[in-house]
Amino acid sequence: MQRLAAETVTLGYDQRVIARDLSVEIPDNSFTVIVGPNACGKSTLLRALSRMLKPSQGRVLLDGAAIHSMPAKKVARTLGLLPQSSIAPDGITVADLVARGRYPHQALLRQWSPEDERIVEESMASTGIGELADRYVDELSGGQRQRVWIAMALAQQTPLLLLDEPTTFLDIQYQIDVLDLCADLHETQGRTLVAVLHDLNHAARYATHLIAMREGEIYAEGPPAEVVTAELVERVFGLRCQVIDDPETGTPLVVPAARRARHTVPVGPAE
Amino acid sequence: MLVDSPPESEQSAEPVPLTVTRKRRTLRAAGLLVSVGVLLLVCAAGLAVGAKSIPLGDVWHGLFHNSGTGNDVIVLDVRLPRTLLGLLVGAALGLAGAVMQALTRNPLAEPGLLGVNAGAAAAVVSAISFFGVTSIGGYVWFAFAGAAVVSVLVYALGGSRSATPVRLALAGTAATAALFGYVNAVQLLDSAALDRLRFWTVGSLASADMSTVGKVWPFIAVGIVLALLIARPLNALEMGDDTARSLGANLTRTRVLAMLCVTLLCGGATAACGPIVFVGLMVPHLVRAITGPDMRWILPYAAVLSPVLLLGADVLGRVVARPAEVQVGIVTALVGGPVFIQLVRRKRMAQL
Repeated sequence: MQRLAAETVTLGYDQRVIARDLSVEIPDNSFTVIVGPNACGKSTLLRALSRMLKPSQGRVLLDGAAIHSMPAKKVARTLGLLPQSSIAPDGITVADLVARGRYPHQALLRQWSPEDERIVEESMASTGIGELADRYVDELSGGQRQRVWIAMALAQQTPLLLLDEPTTFLDIQYQIDVLDLCADLHETQGRTLVAVLHDLNHAARYATHLIAMREGEIYAEGPPAEVVTAELVERVFGLRCQVIDDPETGTPLVVPAARRARHTVPVGPAE
Repeated sequence: MLVDSPPESEQSAEPVPLTVTRKRRTLRAAGLLVSVGVLLLVCAAGLAVGAKSIPLGDVWHGLFHNSGTGNDVIVLDVRLPRTLLGLLVGAALGLAGAVMQALTRNPLAEPGLLGVNAGAAAAVVSAISFFGVTSIGGYVWFAFAGAAVVSVLVYALGGSRSATPVRLALAGTAATAALFGYVNAVQLLDSAALDRLRFWTVGSLASADMSTVGKVWPFIAVGIVLALLIARPLNALEMGDDTARSLGANLTRTRVLAMLCVTLLCGGATAACGPIVFVGLMVPHLVRAITGPDMRWILPYAAVLSPVLLLGADVLGRVVARPAEVQVGIVTALVGGPVFIQLVRRKRMAQL
């Protein structure tokens, strides 16, 4: 049994069901990446795994206990989430924002301690923002800001870290930068990472475990080298392509077919 | 070619000690002490200055060795309750404003935004017009009841468990509009009530007496404690619902406690003095410019500096038109308005 798993969950908002009877296990110590076309339910699954969304049926298990009946702070000490959008309070410094990650470890009578301070310093160091400690968050570039949010999640000191599209809205160099950072966290600190990513090539390059979703179901999962094939991309994304070896890393690289070739297949996922 | 490599890749991975952050914390603590000092000075002025100036020695005599001289009576029966009420109401309005701005993530939020003041006003109007209540002591309970009923109503309209800042603000604005329509209607139909309400709706400390102080202080005291207790969850809430939840903050509980806190603070303040609007909007902004966005500092600072502003305005109101006086609600708006505009122009403080 892995630390984080969903057990036949039905997920949706109000009356709209997005996924039914979905079961998934996140392999411990993996860098799991969830991919799939828009509205396939990948972010919804991540929200359920991180206790943001309560399944209407089934349950999400964290260390064997139903996550929705656990105290919020206890969950927050085991599992961190980097949401798609966070609001940096106006005029907050980097160090102060990162320090807010200590929230679940503090209580009314247990406020700021030297240990908190040490962890904040370490979190900033391991995300490479130590020098920015006293800068205002709203003065930073998009890439630096994303590092600050990741540092805040690190200060939470959770063995599991979930990231909802951490590279969206970033320029390409910052996207790679953030993914490199995630890979570092996974390799050197042994954290289990789960990320939703848009870019299939990024997913194939960085994931140790890939989950491909389509229409609320898990279509395939496993190591990227096994999962990412031309057939899968066509089935899941409805895109005709070639899959070649990434000349840099040897991982699968998806190259969409030229326009003329694509127009010969019907649009949408094939049967 | 690649002149502009991302700067962050060149940073060292060695932890950098947070010396500046630590220094700032010390500075903020020192600033709070200074603010308390200023508050004490303003309180002394509140006791000494008025239609009749009383030397500080006599103020001391009146407070601690009262022998019933003319000055003793003024100090103990008029100026002391007035100063105490200013302290309580000032702290209440400043804290309520700060809590409200964090709760709704809206920099324009003021204590009245959730309809608390309008609820209190509607209840007081009803009390005067339909139930024939004439004493301030009688208003207090009506004001509280009105404030409480309206905040529960607004919370329900705002979506209760699924409340969002925007929905709460919209529900509050709608309730306020409807209730002030009612207040105006009653006032126009009942000119006697209008007369009695005129001073109450402007906001005044002039009619303060010890029994009013005695009635409202427990509510405001509980509200102050509550506000200080939810400082940390409010910090979390300010970063967005998802972030707050992922940090382990309980959103529903924090929202309910925050609304309870605002109801106690605003209900108490409005019951005692009528709606004094501007303080609750302005002081949190002023404080934010000093402390930065940490509620654990904003709230104590607001609790100290807000009474400074209110009592200062009250003293000023007594001096400018001596021997008559200008209501504190008017002075805060007249003096505070331009100061506030200057502040907004100088600093980017439009966003939270």
